[in-house]
Amino acid sequence: MSNARVETKLWVWQRLSAAVLAVCVIVHLIVIVYAVQDGLSAAEIITRVSGNFLWLAFYSVFVIAIAVHAPIGIRTILKEMTSIGPGPTHMIMATFSLVILAMGFRAVIGLFNASVGG
Amino acid sequence: MKISAHRNHTHYWAFILHRVSGLLLAIFLPAHFYVLGLAIEGEAAMDGFIRWTDAPLVKGAEVILVILLAAHLTGGLRLMAVEFIGTRESSKTAVAVGAGISLVVGLAFLFNVV
Repeated sequence: MSNARVETKLWVWQRLSAAVLAVCVIVHLIVIVYAVQDGLSAAEIITRVSGNFLWLAFYSVFVIAIAVHAPIGIRTILKEMTSIGPGPTHMIMATFSLVILAMGFRAVIGLFNASVGG
Repeated sequence: MKISAHRNHTHYWAFILHRVSGLLLAIFLPAHFYVLGLAIEGEAAMDGFIRWTDAPLVKGAEVILVILLAAHLTGGLRLMAVEFIGTRESSKTAVAVGAGISLVVGLAFLFNVV
């Protein structure tokens, strides 16, 4: 695939994921402000999220969108502001995406299965 | 200090804020997921960490992160509006509105969390 095609594809994915993230982040910010009202605790987070399929779906979409969006952004910064070559830059992007997916889903599934007092 | 013309510009600073906020949020993400993943080890393990975040310095960092998230959101929405709708003439206003919204969200978090 030519360089221009790769750049175009990444640009499109960056914008598509940004559109999804815009909705996710608005919900996330509302939840953050709401959740800390009575002080933040593990019990509050676990009670809200555990066993709830709606939150499971929401946070799954959130993690996937982040795993697309953030690594492309990191790649752009590395490409434009450092002298790191295209190969390593691509590797860093792919590795970061996998780290976010692995750690993100570990947290999402962990919280879904967690229980208060556990 | 003399600031060159292109840097003395609202959109330039909006661009820098978008880059810096995105980079800092990306660096923060693995730590965020690690802490949420503590739920696997149980409520106590997670609460142990949350108690650490009660320290004023950590609370301050949290407020900054919330502001950065809101700033990256509003900056991204402005960018997409410019790219897809072409609202360049009102874009400067959008920068100001975005900054305002970010500070309001940060303050809402601060007053609730303290």
